[in-house]
Amino acid sequence: MYRLFRNNSLYSIINLFMIELKGLHKSYITGNNKLHVLKGLDLIIEQGELVSVMGSSGSGKSTLLNVLGILDSYDEGYYKLNNTLMSNLTEKKAAHYRNNMIGFVFQSFNLISFKNAMENVALPLYYQGVSRKKRNQIALEYLDRMGLKEWADHMPNELSGGQMQRVAIARSMISKPKVILADEPTGALDSTTSLEVMDLFREINSSGITIIIVTHEKDISEKTDRIIYLKDGIIESEFISPRKVSETVGAYRN
Amino acid sequence: MFDIDKWQEIFSTIQKNKLRTFLTGFSVAWGIFMLIVLLGSGKGLENGIHSNFDADAANSIWIFPGQTSIPYKGIQPGKYVRFTNEDYERLKREIKNLERISSRYDIRGNDLISYKNEYGSFGINTIHPDMEFIENSFPIKGRFINNIDIEKSRKVAVIGDLVDEALFKNGKSPIGEYIKIKGIPFKVVGVYSENSNNDGERRRVYIPISTAQMIFDGGNRVNNIALSVKDMTLDESKQFEEKLKASFAANHNFDKEDDRAIFIRNNQENIKEFQNAFQGIRLFIWVIGIGTIIAGIVGVSNIMIIVVKERTKEIGIRKAIGATPWSIVSSILQESILITSFAGYIGLVLGVALMEIIAKNVPADSMMFKNPEIDMSVAISATILLIISGTFAGYIPARRAAKIKPVVALRDE
Repeated sequence: MYRLFRNNSLYSIINLFMIELKGLHKSYITGNNKLHVLKGLDLIIEQGELVSVMGSSGSGKSTLLNVLGILDSYDEGYYKLNNTLMSNLTEKKAAHYRNNMIGFVFQSFNLISFKNAMENVALPLYYQGVSRKKRNQIALEYLDRMGLKEWADHMPNELSGGQMQRVAIARSMISKPKVILADEPTGALDSTTSLEVMDLFREINSSGITIIIVTHEKDISEKTDRIIYLKDGIIESEFISPRKVSETVGAYRN
Repeated sequence: MFDIDKWQEIFSTIQKNKLRTFLTGFSVAWGIFMLIVLLGSGKGLENGIHSNFDADAANSIWIFPGQTSIPYKGIQPGKYVRFTNEDYERLKREIKNLERISSRYDIRGNDLISYKNEYGSFGINTIHPDMEFIENSFPIKGRFINNIDIEKSRKVAVIGDLVDEALFKNGKSPIGEYIKIKGIPFKVVGVYSENSNNDGERRRVYIPISTAQMIFDGGNRVNNIALSVKDMTLDESKQFEEKLKASFAANHNFDKEDDRAIFIRNNQENIKEFQNAFQGIRLFIWVIGIGTIIAGIVGVSNIMIIVVKERTKEIGIRKAIGATPWSIVSSILQESILITSFAGYIGLVLGVALMEIIAKNVPADSMMFKNPEIDMSVAISATILLIISGTFAGYIPARRAAKIKPVVALRDE
């Protein structure tokens, strides 16, 4: 929080909160068992941050990501996305926010198998009512930025893992979201490709899009600016990543 | 509802999932195809067998005189019963629900009929005008015998279309021409035809009974009486038969238990039996048809359930990307409606085409199979039923899939 108070006015502080969680609880009920996963999370992520969420399995990191992505509901507390309270949303409203505010990148890419790369990238625009011709054109532009223009009419099973993830990233960006949520985006990739993907995320982040990456790989998290450790449903600790520290220190030196 | 982009999306989904589309479509098309072939064949069989019977009115009753076999009031058995015009008049008076009645006098001797140099042997029937409706001998040219012909004992004749063919060569119209019956000229006033496979029914010459009795020394003799009575159940018809017998017994002095004194041929009884048989066949066809449709419905439902299950992950992805539940449900439904309608139509067309080919290749005089007509309204309602059930079968799992949280849908690997 100390970082925030360095800003000029209260107005701008409020405005800069991209994600605001307060006392967030979430439990799953399976049969007679109640599994308390998130136990009162407080978290603020500013616009333009590149954050990674780490934690062992069962720490609640995927659940957190699902709540942030409005893919799942929560029980207690509140969640504000870009200053809008995300609670009691109708399916339609939730779909609207997902479409306009959030881009998803998954570990298993989750491309639609019977659509080619361009059509997969263009799909979010279909749900925004953009005409076929126009959305395919935009999709081509994004694929070009990913260096995949000549792969546009290939089906997902003809692409390598890294290529598929880049298609998925292009898809997450095409609707110009405020936040990109990535769930173990490098989990299925080899280390070289992983680093390439992380470079891509950094590049996207530099254009002002907030990115939150869930990972259990330390070297991946070190590529982000801020690392949040989850343990048993609460935030155990939080660091500015060494990279960011050296960057900032370097900036002061100059 | 009509959104070109949505349809393009649906078409591209269909195009890229050919096997699934084919399987769904096939079960619908096959169901409709089988139903049409079944209904058409059933109808064809029925028409074919039906054409083997006389085309007489279904409710006609024929009465023939016989010889007594039981002594009655001192009269020895063996007496010939003779009908006269009086019997005809009496029946006309006595029977309340009488619809049609005609008596007939048989001319003795040869039945050679000639027109100029053409000869032929044809059945000569002497009749009352009502015979038109008892025999179902409807004029296709000119007219039938009428009441004035009877009153004035006119020498007129109505000939069957096969008689026309045999005597009047080169397509000459027989109306107004004179044919000779036992050397006596009769003016042809009409040509009739019957919807029957039995050629004998169309090789007859009708002349007024009064004329025949006068010219051929018949006096008031009648050889048989044919009549039809309005709407009777089979039981009523049997009771009516008993009454008829009693009436003749009283008027002709014979024991009403005597079953050789007169003979009654009740068409209604015969036809009832065949109708029962046909009803059985029809029921059988419907049971199989409904079974086929149910099999089709189950097939479509199964495939739809599997399709939706198979697409759960895709639905999850689409939802994560921002698809609303309704957009998912509606696209699955539109896809299934499109496939089932199209496949239903194909089944319909193929079924009708097959029946047409069969109808063309069956010989016209086939005794077993004729005019396999298809009741289009039945075929179309069956198609619609399949479309609706396919839609419904798709709707329930689609609705459930659209309700599943994307997390859950995406989880399964």
